[in-house]
Amino acid sequence: MTEAQHPLDHLLRADRLPHIWCPGCGIGIAMRCLVLALEELGRPLDRVVVVSGIGCSARVAGYVRLDGFHTTHGRAIPFATGLKLANPDLTVIVFSGDGDLAAIGGNHFIHAARRNLDLTVICVNNFIYGMTGGQFGPTTPLSARSTTTPYGNFEPPFNLPALAAASGAVYVARWTVFHVRRLITAFQEAIAKKGFSFVEVLSPCPTGYLRRNKLGEALEMMRYFKAQSEIRHGANPAEAEIEMGGKLLLGKFVDIERPTYHERMRKQLATFFIEPYAEKVSEEIEAKEVES
Amino acid sequence: MKRGPAVLTGVHFFNGDVACAEGALAAGCRFFAGYPITPATEIAERMAERLPEVGGTFIQMEDEIASLSAVLGASWAGVKAMTATSGPGFSLMMENLGFGYMTETPCVIVNVQRGGPSTGLPTLVGQGDMMQARWGSHGDYETIVLAPSSAQEMFDLTIAAFNLSEKYRLPVLLLSDAVIGHITERVIIPPEEEIPIVNRKKFAGPRDAYLPYLPDEDLVPPMVAAGEGYRVYITGLTHDERGYPSTSPEVQERLVRRLAEKIRRNVRDIIRLEERGIEDAEVVLVAYGISARVAYRAMELARAAGRRVGWLRLITVWPFPEERLRDLATRVRAFIVPELNLGQIVREVERCANGRARTIPVLRPGGAVHDPREILASIEEAFHD
Repeated sequence: MTEAQHPLDHLLRADRLPHIWCPGCGIGIAMRCLVLALEELGRPLDRVVVVSGIGCSARVAGYVRLDGFHTTHGRAIPFATGLKLANPDLTVIVFSGDGDLAAIGGNHFIHAARRNLDLTVICVNNFIYGMTGGQFGPTTPLSARSTTTPYGNFEPPFNLPALAAASGAVYVARWTVFHVRRLITAFQEAIAKKGFSFVEVLSPCPTGYLRRNKLGEALEMMRYFKAQSEIRHGANPAEAEIEMGGKLLLGKFVDIERPTYHERMRKQLATFFIEPYAEKVSEEIEAKEVES
Repeated sequence: MKRGPAVLTGVHFFNGDVACAEGALAAGCRFFAGYPITPATEIAERMAERLPEVGGTFIQMEDEIASLSAVLGASWAGVKAMTATSGPGFSLMMENLGFGYMTETPCVIVNVQRGGPSTGLPTLVGQGDMMQARWGSHGDYETIVLAPSSAQEMFDLTIAAFNLSEKYRLPVLLLSDAVIGHITERVIIPPEEEIPIVNRKKFAGPRDAYLPYLPDEDLVPPMVAAGEGYRVYITGLTHDERGYPSTSPEVQERLVRRLAEKIRRNVRDIIRLEERGIEDAEVVLVAYGISARVAYRAMELARAAGRRVGWLRLITVWPFPEERLRDLATRVRAFIVPELNLGQIVREVERCANGRARTIPVLRPGGAVHDPREILASIEEAFHD
């Protein structure tokens, strides 16, 4: 008897199953959307790299059958920066959670957006630290309960699309794991976009967030995502703040053109060097391609 | 402006930091990420100017954590990479340093030491990070630390640091100090073909046959780079030969012991010492970095006064040259250890002496180097016990 092949086996490390995520968790949906997006996008998959930090979402780097780097907490973006600068021909995707990206890694997030280096950053926002058992984080809505806000959260959360846009991201979108088709499209657009692109994915954490806040099962969160979503492309991301049980503004908020880090670097250096400036690595890879 | 050569063969008048940057370029370093900090800034400045000339990449990151992260990322893209910092920045790098050891990522980290703790003495010399360099990241690991004593060695040992990092697949630290970083002296850069270069062992077999953490007999696994089609998964979690995370104590044992053993087994290849007057010595000065130069003068003064004093300079500080020190302890009266800290390497010397020879520290907490006469006074003490 031969084992049945899942159609995405070539993109997922089936030998690592079962995954660590809880029943009802949305990270798996976001991961599936990412690999479907990559499959349809037609980029050479050997040159796609997924970089993550620490947390539940960070485990994606080890489940996709791509080059994957599971780095230190909050540092996926600077690690990805090194990869991309040392080999500009790589497609580099950072797959992160909200705590990893916006708390411990917050500084790297705004600086990478400012530089407009050609990276795609995906953030699964489940409003909580899941891996450590449900502590509040930089995106936890006001008044929400967590193990470290037992009397309710009184720290206002970040509005991640607004933060990304204000910092210089050229592509900013927000979807939920209910909106899978939109999400796949957003991932494709973000990866294809030259420059710093950011997609926030709202997702249920039944164990760490929903249960403690008496918000029901994951399915109820999906119903909430469906019922309370308002899709408005081009909306001002400043309006995308999230309140508990409130409306969720979704859509593609930013899709603009701005010179990338590499474009500016090459242009600036070209004024100093007679020979056209290009990084050596890039040349070597091109030369290899010509040979083969 | 035309592209410049990577190796500036010739005789130069460089400060130690500039010599370090030139050593990196000569070693094949083509990526630098850093953050300004006294007294290491000149390394970043030199790399910012020189890397574009040789087709490399310089980036100034938002902090030292990001700098080392980017260096590790660049190394996994297959490019030799370096960062340079001083005490406060070195402290910030400790977590990612451990990630480098765990994932076996070749790279070089330069620490031009200044007086500490905390912000301490930004512009003045110190040697207070010697133990942090050995033990600063959490968990068990072995490291390689080289300590230059001249601008020439800032060049030479930066190359050695890259070669060792590529050979043994780990971050190698160059522990300099504010005096050696800023001292301006003659630096001779040899012709390119005379500079030995080691490149990481690469895996070139078929995709399906590659296990990222299956070591060869030398305990070092061959490496690949991102984008080469091997689809590797690299994690700071304890991992098996496939690179997959594991919580098994057996896997932990196998991995962590191998990471230590790949260095311990090769101490003869890694350890470099410089010795003077050891043959007839009754008392041996053990020092490194700028302190070794001051100690040398103290030895000259003592010898002129008829004292049989030897001088042993640690070029490799870690792994510590235990074998040599244990051997000397059986036939000398005392070791004298001048350092610009309140007692770090002297503890290692004392451990190796193990009561067979006296160990006399000559300590200053940084800010200024010793006066050779202070060391001379300790030499006299050693002869009068």
